[in-house]
Amino acid sequence: MDFGFTEEQEALRKSAREFLTDRSTTGLVRDLMASKTGFDEKLWKEMADLGWMGTAIAEEDGGLGLSLIELAILVEEMGRALLPSPFYSSVGLAAPVIAATADGALRKTLLGGIASGELRATVAIPEEEGRWDAAGIKAKATPVDGGYKLSGTKVFVPDAHLADEIVVVARTGKTKDPREGISLFLVPTSDRKVKVKTLDTIDRTRRLALVKIGGVEVPVDRRLGPEGGAWPLLERALDHSATVLAAEATGLATKVLELSRDYAKERTQFDKPIGAFQAISHRIADMLVLTENARSTTYYAAWAIEEGVPDAALAAATAKVAASEAARVVSQGGMQVHGGIGFTWEHDMHLYYRRAKWVEMFLGDPSIWRERVASLFA
Amino acid sequence: MDFRDSPEEAAFRKEIREWLEANIPADWDRSQLSLIPPEDRVDMLRDWQRRLHEGGWAGISWPKEYGGRGATLIEQAIFNQEVARQKAPPPINVIGLGMAGPTIINHGSHEQKNRYLEKILSAEEIWCQGFSEPGAGSDLAGLRSTAILDGDSWIINGQKVWTSLAHVSQWCIFLARTDTTAPKHKGITYFLVDMSSPGIEVRPLRQITGSADFNEMFFTDVRVPRESILGEVNDGWRIAMTTLLHERGTLGFALSVGARVALDELIGLARETKKNGKPAFEDPTIRQRLASLHVEVESLRLNNYRALTGFMKSGMPGPEGSLSKLIWSESMQRLGDLAVEILGPAGMLERWDANPRVNTWQFIHLRSRGHTIEAGTSEILRNIVAERVLGLPKHK
Ligand SMILES: Cc1cc2nc3c(=O)[nH]c(=O)nc-3n(C[C@H](O)[C@H](O)[C@H](O)COP(=O)(O)OP(=O)(O)OC[C@H]3O[C@@H](n4cnc5c(N)ncnc54)[C@H](O)[C@@H]3O)c2cc1C
Ligand SMILES: Cc1cc2nc3c(=O)[nH]c(=O)nc-3n(C[C@H](O)[C@H](O)[C@H](O)COP(=O)(O)OP(=O)(O)OC[C@H]3O[C@@H](n4cnc5c(N)ncnc54)[C@H](O)[C@@H]3O)c2cc1C
Repeated sequence: MDFGFTEEQEALRKSAREFLTDRSTTGLVRDLMASKTGFDEKLWKEMADLGWMGTAIAEEDGGLGLSLIELAILVEEMGRALLPSPFYSSVGLAAPVIAATADGALRKTLLGGIASGELRATVAIPEEEGRWDAAGIKAKATPVDGGYKLSGTKVFVPDAHLADEIVVVARTGKTKDPREGISLFLVPTSDRKVKVKTLDTIDRTRRLALVKIGGVEVPVDRRLGPEGGAWPLLERALDHSATVLAAEATGLATKVLELSRDYAKERTQFDKPIGAFQAISHRIADMLVLTENARSTTYYAAWAIEEGVPDAALAAATAKVAASEAARVVSQGGMQVHGGIGFTWEHDMHLYYRRAKWVEMFLGDPSIWRERVASLFA
Repeated sequence: MDFRDSPEEAAFRKEIREWLEANIPADWDRSQLSLIPPEDRVDMLRDWQRRLHEGGWAGISWPKEYGGRGATLIEQAIFNQEVARQKAPPPINVIGLGMAGPTIINHGSHEQKNRYLEKILSAEEIWCQGFSEPGAGSDLAGLRSTAILDGDSWIINGQKVWTSLAHVSQWCIFLARTDTTAPKHKGITYFLVDMSSPGIEVRPLRQITGSADFNEMFFTDVRVPRESILGEVNDGWRIAMTTLLHERGTLGFALSVGARVALDELIGLARETKKNGKPAFEDPTIRQRLASLHVEVESLRLNNYRALTGFMKSGMPGPEGSLSKLIWSESMQRLGDLAVEILGPAGMLERWDANPRVNTWQFIHLRSRGHTIEAGTSEILRNIVAERVLGLPKHK
């Protein structure tokens, strides 16, 4: 048993922190919030040059062949630095889904492209009903000559406006068990029959989009995974993706905890630093508890998924609940500790809070993941 | 990072597992999940610990020369896991093993180590902890018991309270004031007191669970030899801090495994208990609460693994032990609350022949109310976390 990081992992964390502290400033975050697309092409290229997008992608697929643990380390640092980037949608969400389903030349093109940063992808799951489960998938793919015709409306698709390809979850067959009859299709955003409309998103650097797919023709070789049998593969890939989100939440919570601790030491009221009042210090102690829980469960999940141990899915669900709740509660606490100033637009606290809220709800809110935890009890 | 056993660890685990399978007393009901063993099981538990010691399983991480196994803390953790998994009885001498022993190992003279340690392991001598007083609970340094040097002995006077196991103990780690003029943290000395010394009166106190597992103790002109002190005169506060770190760290470690066992039992209870005609486990609100508990208990397990790394390096538990104890105690209370709710109307009973599970859960539930008080109240632990882990200014 060993719950420590290797020297290489520590070095990766250190260099990521240095890079992100320098580049992913809240000034940049604010600029991108106000910009049209919320995207910084130059920063994207710089990260691609560092090889970050390929961290957890296998070498034979064109990545660095490191593990989900290294990716979690990087993403934790991104969470600290509130990195504004489609990194999560492409690397944290689309890549594991593609890795779980695609094969042959297409797999190489897609994963190699994501790893190099030259291609960006995302995944479209929920629809207007806002469901993350299989029963919520109504988008339809009907067989046509040489492929499928795909129609439906997807909502809450992250960074669709920045993606080259969207993995669309659709129904190819109607069965009694909603988990059956589901297939994945790769749809290029360049197709005229795909309409992407970004939505006013709580985290303005990570925009969600409404994607209308109006009878797009998808050749059969752009179907990812088996026809009608993709849901279990998707679910497993989303465990991976949820763990990436948990890592981001952990980094975010840690940063807010540090900001709040520092503020509580500096800010004086009633002739004392407010951190001397137990109403504040105990709250911050509880914030630490949640943050530590987030960190422990996240790295365990990353390890468990990487090693494919039997409780990997349970570990991922546990991490998603622990970390996303930690990020929310810690940033709420952070706001309270900061008093009036933390409620202003100028102060950064709301930037963290917005991201925390996004991370908490994406892939399903904590009650959904708690239900998954319960469903996985032996 | 690797959460699997190394080959040596796996072999060690197998050895313990087989030993436990062969040795757990057949009449043990495996429902014991609390910090301090209840009074009616003392004899049985004393035998059990003797057997553990004979098997080489007491004091796993203690030095070999004092009867321990000289194994790593990881191996200690594996042992704790296996004991919990098989619901083996706890050792009776919890305070000896978890507090007195480690403190003697850290601060004792060679003679003291030789004199006390092995007998702690074998449970030949059970220990209690005479720290709290009526006027000094959280504010332990406010204690007023005194010890005055008189020739070759100390004369101790004072009153202690909430002393777990004092009624069955041969020895007591005892704090007394030896300099009444010094600032309150500076005039305390750490004693090792023979409980058969004349002048000690132990009166049992009944707890909320109905059993009398702790006591009050009255010391009237109790004479103990001059060498009955651990460390230097007036340096007792520093040494007491070692004890408290072990109380929250070392002991807390072992307890967290118990929380997992309790949760698995609770899931079983939810599956087997009907609520409005259906298994309680199918009720979405109960599922949510069980899942939350899983997240807490799993966090505790993994936080402990992480803390083990630091512990392995320093040999001393850090203030993070306060975090574990805090989470553990509050989780156990939520667990107890949920159990009683799942029992439904039977949750109003304390014992029920028709359903013996009521007895167990009601005990766990009631006992858990003490978890946030004993070994440092949750408020004190939050102070420690805030001040020593986070570096926030001292309150007051
Ligand atoms: C939406 C909004 C509208 C407002 N409108 C007005 C207005 O119209 N006019 C006006 O004058 N003001 C207004 N305020 C200011 C508001 O009254 C102050 O923000 C509030 O009194 C807190 O003061 P502070 O922001 O300086 O925080 P601080 O006093 O610095 O407090 C920071 C943190 O420390 C805690 N704290 C401070 N002292 C103690 C203590 N003794 N014990 C425990 N905890 C303590 C606080 O609870 C808080 O969590 C407004 C604020 C908001 C958010
Ligand atoms: C089951 C059980 C077994 C025990 N076994 C032993 C034993 O074997 N040996 C032994 O020596 N003691 C033992 N104790 C005693 C235990 O250590 C004390 O009860 C504990 O330290 C609290 O002290 P107190 O009861 O005097 O409460 P108090 O210290 O009077 O506290 C009362 C309340 O005030 C709060 N409070 C106090 N100070 C502060 C502060 N600075 N900030 C915020 N809140 C504060 C507390 O958190 C608590 O909620 C045991 C207690 C229990 C319940």
